[in-house]
Amino acid sequence: MNAPRAQPAAPSRGFLGRRIFTTDHRALAILYLLLGLAAVIVGTLLSLVIRIHRVWPTVPFPLYGILRPEDYLAVVTMHGTLMVFFVLTVVPQSAFPNLVLPAQIGTDRMAFPRLNAAAFWLTLASFCVLVAAFFVPQGAPISGWTSYPPLSAIAATGPGQGAGMDCWLFAIGLFCIAAVASSANFLATILARRGPGMSFGRLPLTVWSWLTSSALTVIAFSTLFAAAAMLFADRHCGTSFFIPASEVISGIARTGGGGSPLLWLHLFWFFGHPEVYISILPGMGLASALLANFTRRPVLGYRVMVVATLTIGFLGLGVWGHHMFVSGMNPYAGTAFGLTTIAIAVPSSAEVLTWLAMLFRGRMRFTTPMLFTLGFISFFIAGGLTGPILAQPALDAYLHNTFFVVAHFHLVMAMAGVFSLFAGIYYWYPLLTGRLMNEMLGKAHFWVSLIGAYGTFFPMHFAGLAGEPRHYAQLAGPVESFPSLIPVERGITFAALTLAAAQLIFLFNVFSSARKGVRAGENPWRATTHEWCPGTHPRTRGEPYLYGPNSGDTEDFLPQWELAPPYPSGLKPE
Amino acid sequence: MPATFTRHQAEVEKRDTGYGGKPPVDRRPTGGGGGDDNWDSHSSRNSGPRELLMRYRLAVLSGLAGDFVFFAVLVSAFFVRPTAGHIDAGANFVSDWHPLAIPPILWINTAILLLSSLTIEVARRQLFHEIDVMEEWLGLGRPAVKRAAPWLLATILLGGLFLTGQWIAWQQLSAQGLYFATNPNSHFFFLVTGAHAFHLFLGLFALVFAFVAVFRFKRVEMRQIALDCTSWYWHAMTVFWIFLFILLVCYQ
Repeated sequence: MNAPRAQPAAPSRGFLGRRIFTTDHRALAILYLLLGLAAVIVGTLLSLVIRIHRVWPTVPFPLYGILRPEDYLAVVTMHGTLMVFFVLTVVPQSAFPNLVLPAQIGTDRMAFPRLNAAAFWLTLASFCVLVAAFFVPQGAPISGWTSYPPLSAIAATGPGQGAGMDCWLFAIGLFCIAAVASSANFLATILARRGPGMSFGRLPLTVWSWLTSSALTVIAFSTLFAAAAMLFADRHCGTSFFIPASEVISGIARTGGGGSPLLWLHLFWFFGHPEVYISILPGMGLASALLANFTRRPVLGYRVMVVATLTIGFLGLGVWGHHMFVSGMNPYAGTAFGLTTIAIAVPSSAEVLTWLAMLFRGRMRFTTPMLFTLGFISFFIAGGLTGPILAQPALDAYLHNTFFVVAHFHLVMAMAGVFSLFAGIYYWYPLLTGRLMNEMLGKAHFWVSLIGAYGTFFPMHFAGLAGEPRHYAQLAGPVESFPSLIPVERGITFAALTLAAAQLIFLFNVFSSARKGVRAGENPWRATTHEWCPGTHPRTRGEPYLYGPNSGDTEDFLPQWELAPPYPSGLKPE
Repeated sequence: MPATFTRHQAEVEKRDTGYGGKPPVDRRPTGGGGGDDNWDSHSSRNSGPRELLMRYRLAVLSGLAGDFVFFAVLVSAFFVRPTAGHIDAGANFVSDWHPLAIPPILWINTAILLLSSLTIEVARRQLFHEIDVMEEWLGLGRPAVKRAAPWLLATILLGGLFLTGQWIAWQQLSAQGLYFATNPNSHFFFLVTGAHAFHLFLGLFALVFAFVAVFRFKRVEMRQIALDCTSWYWHAMTVFWIFLFILLVCYQ
């Protein structure tokens, strides 16, 4: 049955009815953003624990004491899981579409508001179950966010691999169901609920990104769900899909398996690599939109960008093996995956070169969202350039278990991803509060974050090339080169503390601007897409990014909801 | 910079005829499929009963695409597992893959499931039978629902019969000492049949829901949607089962 059309919620429903227990997508966007905020705070604190422990392993933490090696692994596991699922998936792929997707396609509500709301509550339940892993006996799991078996398949393999690992699996299962449900809603909304006049050729690039990433979500998270179900069976039903024929656990030989741990790696990375694109594609679409706005010129090659987005999504399904070059996979398969990985650099480069071309002689306005978009591009290039290096199986054999990989994915996925999230929040903030965020604080936030982020992750390349291994609780042992890395490590930790501190500026700005910010008025960025259209959603009348001196008589932009003025006689468009 | 805008005042305004104004049948005022779905001028048709049905179908198909991937992943385990033997000390390849004799009752179950797919398709088509639907829409009784109900009921019974048959097959295997945890092949057998049976179990709920819905829902298009989506799901489960069954029979 159809819910009545979402009007601005009736005032009689009270705060809970309007803001919490609601099917209104704007309210859900705020809930998702708050969930992402909670996750990013926990995840960042955990990352600081990691950094501090690596430099001062013997200094006790207040209220806890000295971190044991297994605690370190638990912290790394939870940091990765929280950040990848609850920040880099929830915010770009759930919060942002809820905030603007229906408006951007010129309609007033989602295709399935109740399904959409149910997905949020499942995601929240998943978050609670995951965080509960800290408080169960023996604490959080230690097998990393990738949960490779047999470590993850047998409870006896270590502390946290019993109840903690069960929490992890249960949380992931819930998250998968929620992700598929919300993506089914987005797909139906984009394909069959576009407003009048909103043809495919007029969709904003963010919507194309969400179309691609939603399709990827359906495929990737179903894979992960099946893999998690099989891992659950291995743990509790006596099967051996992933448990090898024999292994020695804590000095005790164990036989009777016969399954393939490699199968989990294949399945996990068949999820894991599309997941990277689920996180970054919305940011790429947003970057195109914001660059058009803040350089006041149209997106160059709209159709090329659409095709590049779809191609990245498609190729992204065929590159998972590059995470497995050193896993014992057939080396010939490694060569094939190396080739597909280099192939995906082509559409990615097409997007990057388009952005750079838009910057070239663009009339740039350095507002905070623009700065964060430039930061996104900077990180995407800096992290992306090490991609083709790691795509060589021979080079990866050396680099795979070093900090070089940590540097690569933190630049290209984590920092690029988070900077695009900041760009989106600064840009769309007036939709939430009617006010602009403070520009001065925003710029301070940007510059300190930029320097802190490069200071944190760029030196990791050198540490990795010098052979510093990842996943190790501390640098100790007979290897002579490790002490020489300590100064680099210390610098990274100071930069990481700076980076985290910079986020306090952001938090202060978010909450203070909600009450004291400059009133934004209608369409403060003088943007062209429908989410800035005052009032209800009128017919779409043209392409999404019409900026430039020719676009209007008095204005340099032409919103999608407005008719073009009659042309002066001498200026025929050609 | 080239001028980028090409539109002008001449853009045609199309009036949305509003919701509820159209009967939930295929016929359109323009004749046939409503051929104004031009690439650059998406018309204002996102509010009619057909569009509502398309949205529901899209959502169900998205979910089923995910489900397909789910089963494909389970099957990938089937292909990987038999090759995952090891080389023992005497340089012999040791595989612990023991082919499993499929209980013959599965053939009967397969036939039952195919039949249930047929009955639900008949039921679905009754609800899209144009003359009956028009009568329902005009409020002249419920001819379509009355003709669909027996077929729907038959589907529920056949679905229940299939699940019972699967249960009997599991019992037969258990009697031979084959359980979920017994050997790699039984892991796989119970995993895929169990996952599929769970899906059919949910499908039975959906069937019962659809059965109640076609009688209780006020709007004709919502009755259609309830049955249509259920039948898409049910057909997909039949197709998945055929796929799994061929695998179980031929590729031990």
